[in-house]
Amino acid sequence: MIVWKKPTAAALLLTLAACAQPAPPVVQAPVVDPYANAAGGALYQGDLAGGVLGAQATAEYFNNSVGNTVLFPANQTALTTEARGILARQAEWLKTHTNFSAVVQGHAEETGTREYNLALGARRASAVQEYLIAQGVGSDRIRTLSFGKERPREVCSDEACYANNRRAVTVVSATGAGS
Amino acid sequence: MMLRTLTVTLSMALAAVAVPALPALAQDGPLKIEITDGVTEPMAIAIPAFHGDAEVAQRVRDVVAADLTGTGLFREIAAGAAAAPGSFGEAIAYEDWRAASAQALVSAEVTQSGDAISVKFRLYDVFAGQPQGDGMQFDARATDWRRAAHKIADQIYARLTGEQPYFDSRVAFVQEIGPKDARIKRIGVMDYDGQNILWMTDSASLVLAPQFSRDGRRLVYTSFDSGFPQIRVLDIATVSSRPLTQDANSMAFSPRFSPDGRWIVYSREQGGNTDIWLMDAASGAQRPLVQSPSIDTAPSFSPDGQRIVFESDRSGNPQLYVVGVNGGEPTRISFGDGRYGSPAWSPKGDLIAFTKQVGDRFHIATMRTDGSAEKTLTESFLDESPTWAPNGRVVMFTRVAPGGNGQPKLHSVDITGRNMRPLSLDFAASDPSWGPLMP
Repeated sequence: MIVWKKPTAAALLLTLAACAQPAPPVVQAPVVDPYANAAGGALYQGDLAGGVLGAQATAEYFNNSVGNTVLFPANQTALTTEARGILARQAEWLKTHTNFSAVVQGHAEETGTREYNLALGARRASAVQEYLIAQGVGSDRIRTLSFGKERPREVCSDEACYANNRRAVTVVSATGAGS
Repeated sequence: MMLRTLTVTLSMALAAVAVPALPALAQDGPLKIEITDGVTEPMAIAIPAFHGDAEVAQRVRDVVAADLTGTGLFREIAAGAAAAPGSFGEAIAYEDWRAASAQALVSAEVTQSGDAISVKFRLYDVFAGQPQGDGMQFDARATDWRRAAHKIADQIYARLTGEQPYFDSRVAFVQEIGPKDARIKRIGVMDYDGQNILWMTDSASLVLAPQFSRDGRRLVYTSFDSGFPQIRVLDIATVSSRPLTQDANSMAFSPRFSPDGRWIVYSREQGGNTDIWLMDAASGAQRPLVQSPSIDTAPSFSPDGQRIVFESDRSGNPQLYVVGVNGGEPTRISFGDGRYGSPAWSPKGDLIAFTKQVGDRFHIATMRTDGSAEKTLTESFLDESPTWAPNGRVVMFTRVAPGGNGQPKLHSVDITGRNMRPLSLDFAASDPSWGPLMP
């Protein structure tokens, strides 16, 4: 269950997203990208030495620098504060790189039945999807999927692994549309 | 092709063997094992070498013996304990078999003629000193010798327990290959004892939880073939499958057939919420059956097709509920501590088997359909996905070993909680679905 604690902020982001719809291609865009500045300018921090934005416009950058995974407490589907922080970064990246779409994969730990865990993973993926949409990412750019307990990230059978397996992973890929 | 040989219906002629009329001796009643929750001493049964063509006769005999002793209800008397009849139909030396403490005796003859075999058998009540039931003959293709053996064992089991038989049946399952984080899965169908494995899917996409139709001809299962969980139906004879759901914005999983095969009940996810839907298997028309903001999943039909048991966390944690096939308010039937899931309605209609998690331990358990008389059958790190033998006496399930190298294995257990045993397979497997007794 997602509770929007700052509806005005969400509304603002939605407005920004609406403005950003006709965004120019960002793959080779200059650092002075106006939409990035409008969103606070933090997006390009640390990568200016590269001179172009291309280095950020990759799934690898998203996975490693933005962070593609959020974790959930046992049997929970609500987003933690930490998860919201990661998802805010994901949303900013997605809003900048509009030629990417995302599939959010929900996962569960191995305890629990196969069917229930599929449904639990779906709830987690949906929680992430809802949050990204609330942050201004177009709903048509995000699909969800649950793997239940079928694809653990770590394979040991104790809480250290389970904690990392209760997750939602945002998998981005270039749509090929170029804009 | 191997697939074809097994899927063509075995033409088994069941006929009373022409034997001299036997006097109907008076006795208290037929030899019978009472299967109760109390400790039962296995019945001592003698299964001396079958007559006829020695090689195939030996193979058939060994399968009959394995079927019977595998139930835990029978104990085989050592060969040579008493003089076996010199030929099929020859008089039985009852006194000698009594002295050897045999309670029942099987005599049989297996003959092969080209691609066909013929199996005759008789069952004798040693203490009463008379045959128990008619002699019977089964004719089968030579390649179906195991089925002929299962048919004989089924006859013996049914006559001595009074229960419906189950040996001549098949189990669909998922083979699991590789480590837990990169597991490859494919669906197979095998005899109930793990023999005659036929592969139904390749390992290209993730597949889960096949479920037999009541006629044993089709499977429904969950496939990630499209990249997203959708349900497919597979014709076993032709090993061909097609998707039943293809909605890109809605996951579909945990399908099961109605007993008449007309309907498929399954879980459908929309916007993160999972409900229970019914689909007309022929037309594909769908309608919701159970809708709530909670997770509703793992539905299973009652054998009369009128009710469905399922798992829901509407109370806060997963419990079992029953709803009529026409909808209405579901009735909660599980109230114990722990998390209840993956219910399976017995084909006898009397019990529901399910998975129960208490703390960090998992159990396979049963209860009556009103939720009373809960009985725990197993305990381990992770037991799940119970499925019923066609006679409702035995439950097969998945037991997963912990750790990165932990593999799932199929096990079976009697509904009394006795005779827990792993299925003899040389690979990891999960998600069993026990099909019907074959005709």
